[in-house]
Amino acid sequence: MQLTLFLIFAVLAVAGAINLLIQRHPIYSALSLVAVMFALAVEYLILGAEFIAFIQVIVYAGAIMVLFVFVIMVLNAGEVAPAPKSRVAAWIGLPVLALFAILVIGQVYGAFGATQLGLGEYLVQTGPVGNSLFHDFLLPFEVTSVLFLVGVLGAVVLAARQDKAPKPAIAQAEAEEPKAMAAGQR
Amino acid sequence: MVPLSYYLALSAILFCLGVAGFIFKQDIITVFISIELMLNGVNLAFVAFSHALRQIDGNIFVFFVMVVAAAEAAVGLAIIIAVMRNRNTLDVDQMTKLRD
Repeated sequence: MQLTLFLIFAVLAVAGAINLLIQRHPIYSALSLVAVMFALAVEYLILGAEFIAFIQVIVYAGAIMVLFVFVIMVLNAGEVAPAPKSRVAAWIGLPVLALFAILVIGQVYGAFGATQLGLGEYLVQTGPVGNSLFHDFLLPFEVTSVLFLVGVLGAVVLAARQDKAPKPAIAQAEAEEPKAMAAGQR
Repeated sequence: MVPLSYYLALSAILFCLGVAGFIFKQDIITVFISIELMLNGVNLAFVAFSHALRQIDGNIFVFFVMVVAAAEAAVGLAIIIAVMRNRNTLDVDQMTKLRD
């Protein structure tokens, strides 16, 4: 029963990841990643990691992916025209990558094939996570807030408009508006 | 009962698909999305080992990975906006200013 549940959502996650690669439009790739994240959230629940599962849905699929979709729509990003380049990279790279995956899976199977994970054997609830976070990992947690502050500042500096050209245009439009209104009244 | 190796295999497959997207996609936003896919693959391995070893630390590491991913997404998307404004393209093959 647990294996069936695992397999259903594993197939869903891999299908979403493959769809992410196949799609040419970035918005479809972003939505495929949301599907992968929801499938992984169910896997986390099967593994008993309640807190991580809900964080995955709320923060990852909810906040981070909304940011991605927002930027895709702001930039009006469409399909990038495929460049006329040689396919050697794909013909060599994909088999090498597949070989790498098979090697890793083989190693993992040899090392951890005997370990079985049961449903509900080890449940990580939010309380113990918070306890550990504020006792053993207090310093990393506080450093995280500095990281966020730097990240916010960096995002604002990078995304802020550097050129001053549009500002006079806005001022001009604002200056013209009362005239137009006055003309309309006349 | 699910063997630990199944979770690790799924994690490895997701990571490799993320690497493939990172290398082969031309759209800078999709490249960025592929990085998130790799992070998700690694998170699954963390949680699986956390369950197998009966240690809560794996969950904490996933929490920190998510925090860093959020900060990275904010800064990265700001960089993408700046690139789009200055170069007017999202094609990674045309971003060759450092090479030229």
